[in-house]
Amino acid sequence: MVSAVFPLKVSGALTRHKGKVLVGPVDLELDGAGTCVVLGPNGSGKTTLLRMLHGIARLHGGTINWACGTEAARNAQAFVFQQPVMLRRSVLDNLIYPLRLRGVPRHEARQKAGEWAARAGLTGMLEREATVLSGGERQKLALARALMGDPALVFLDEPSASLDGRATREIEEILTTSSAAGTRFILATHDMGQARRLASRVIFLLAGKVHESGPAEAFFAGPITPEARAFLKGDIVE
Amino acid sequence: MRHRLILALGAILLAGKAQAADMMRMAVTTSFHNSGLSDVLLPAIREDLGLEVQLLVVGTGQALKLGQAGDVDAILVHSRAAEEAFVAEGHGTHRREIMYNDFVLIGPDDDPAGLSQAADVLQGLRRIAGAEATFVSRGDLSGTHNRELDLWAAADLEPEGFGRWYNAVGAGMGAALNTASGMGAYILSDRASWLNFGNKGNLVMLHSGDPFLFNQYAYLPVNPDRHRHVKHDLALRLEHWMTGERARDLINGHMIDGQMLFVFNATDPG
Amino acid sequence: MVDLWQGLSQAFWLVITADETLVEIALRSLRITLSALVLACLIALPLAAFLAVRRFRYRRFVIAVLNALMGLPPVVVGLVVYILLSRSGPLGALGLLFTPTAMIIAQMIIIVPLIASIAHQSLRDLWHDYHDLLISMNVTQTQKMMTLLWDARRALLTAALAGFGRGIGEVGAIMIVGGNIDNVTRVLTTAIALETGKGQFSLALALGFVLIALALAVNLAIHGLSRTEREGRW
Repeated sequence: MVSAVFPLKVSGALTRHKGKVLVGPVDLELDGAGTCVVLGPNGSGKTTLLRMLHGIARLHGGTINWACGTEAARNAQAFVFQQPVMLRRSVLDNLIYPLRLRGVPRHEARQKAGEWAARAGLTGMLEREATVLSGGERQKLALARALMGDPALVFLDEPSASLDGRATREIEEILTTSSAAGTRFILATHDMGQARRLASRVIFLLAGKVHESGPAEAFFAGPITPEARAFLKGDIVE
Repeated sequence: MRHRLILALGAILLAGKAQAADMMRMAVTTSFHNSGLSDVLLPAIREDLGLEVQLLVVGTGQALKLGQAGDVDAILVHSRAAEEAFVAEGHGTHRREIMYNDFVLIGPDDDPAGLSQAADVLQGLRRIAGAEATFVSRGDLSGTHNRELDLWAAADLEPEGFGRWYNAVGAGMGAALNTASGMGAYILSDRASWLNFGNKGNLVMLHSGDPFLFNQYAYLPVNPDRHRHVKHDLALRLEHWMTGERARDLINGHMIDGQMLFVFNATDPG
Repeated sequence: MVDLWQGLSQAFWLVITADETLVEIALRSLRITLSALVLACLIALPLAAFLAVRRFRYRRFVIAVLNALMGLPPVVVGLVVYILLSRSGPLGALGLLFTPTAMIIAQMIIIVPLIASIAHQSLRDLWHDYHDLLISMNVTQTQKMMTLLWDARRALLTAALAGFGRGIGEVGAIMIVGGNIDNVTRVLTTAIALETGKGQFSLALALGFVLIALALAVNLAIHGLSRTEREGRW
């Protein structure tokens, strides 16, 4: 199941809101090795691109083809939102929720939740209400919850946008470990340092279109387009 | 903890009460119930007949309606014309007179209309109308209300033309008495409801004992040809008991404040 | 003022001596209203969840109707149920008129819109929070509704208690469909109406105080039980 999601072929994919094109048309091919980072200035459509690929933003044109088919791909994916959605339950119940949906027995799910809580530094908080956690704890919980179901691919929207250095490092450690274990990530960020640390591939988005796309090393070493070059230098690009 | 709550809930929901083997429903008028006579008669009926009589205490108008719809097995009311129509239309099998009580005229103790000096009830009513003294009418087409309208008519008066002193409250005897008590108004009541009424205020009984005010109660079994589910046999058993000696003694012996409320006058079935 | 005081002291003595008739009437009130409440919740809560998660053409209309039905006069409900259950009505063959079952039906009709409407408000807010996550997890409609109902349980408890309050204090409908028959369908509210009619104000008041105490006890008991669960927000 894990390997079957990729390759991903996107052609002419397009999503609108109230008649205005938010993202697209997008043409893209991903074999999915490692972590793909979506870069771009605010408003360039990073979040919408992720939502469109995941299938929770309506596709108004073009096609998105996962190797295993849309429905199977959807079930092999997870999404961590920029403002993580906490179920109004305990941390433990948040963690086991995706497994319980699939009918995994409670004791089995609990055991796995214990392991993930330890990896995310949430041990000892299992009985607390998720809604009273701090921002960093929420983000870690959301990530752990996403990974609980052993997804082939996880979308992450600005996972450390409002976090301090320590929380960001903890999150990135989880990402690196999982990535090494074979989980693929598509991650939107405008934190250039984070992009350099995690990316194996980069998609540079500008005004709702893929402006440049390629292996991370090549992109960071020498972007082709002048806009990408300006963006990397820290100039304001619109 | 939650399980205990659910258990407690279940226990409350399931704890129904076992019903007696024989049960029938009878619609009766408020006056009959307010007199306390039902509290005397029902246990005796249960004892003698093993019959559980469930009482629906309503006005005569509604009692007749319940009988018409077949929602009760028998009715005990006091409004002769309506009862005869009920039998004539085939809703009841027959009409059997059981007992009578009487109506009384109630009013404020200062008696502004001079009702207590009236020679008879009709003159009394004319005095009230003449003085335009506040009067409360049931206004609910009950037996008592019908009797009140008959009395006005007999006194050559027309309530529809009355001014604001005449208040039709559209309520039961108790509620109407409460209103009269609050307004210090005149009102026609059955004797039993008046004697048992606990909120008399400055109201007193000003006129009673007039033959015009006698009030005949009759028992009407609902017609089983109209409603097959009606327990006609039980209704007949009850009628037999209600016209018998035990009922006579209990009815004639029922007193409030030393006053006899009902006079048993059932005749043997012909 | 004298009546109020007499009512209070009479209520006190009725409760202290565990007056048999009073206990019976109070338990009957509780039994009827709790039955109506359980049945009403079984209808209203799934309905509220359905209205929160499903978009269909007449959704707004259904919600507007529910809100309007909250203001339905109980007497009208009683009258309609009465006409339906009367021996000469369409459901007359069931023989339910003047039974506790008829009272349960009437109360249920009165409190379903109330519970559904309050529940819908909180479920809608929660659905707004949860929407992206649950859509992303590709959950089924049933799983969606179950998740919302479970996570909003405290708010739903409030909705249910509002329904209980309206049911236990209701008199117009159950007087009509129950008939206020002694030992069978007489409950606290109809007994109060009866005693008021007899001008026995202090007894009526005493029953009223018992009614308030009963409602209060049920509220406290249920809140107490729900709070044992965990920390959390209300």
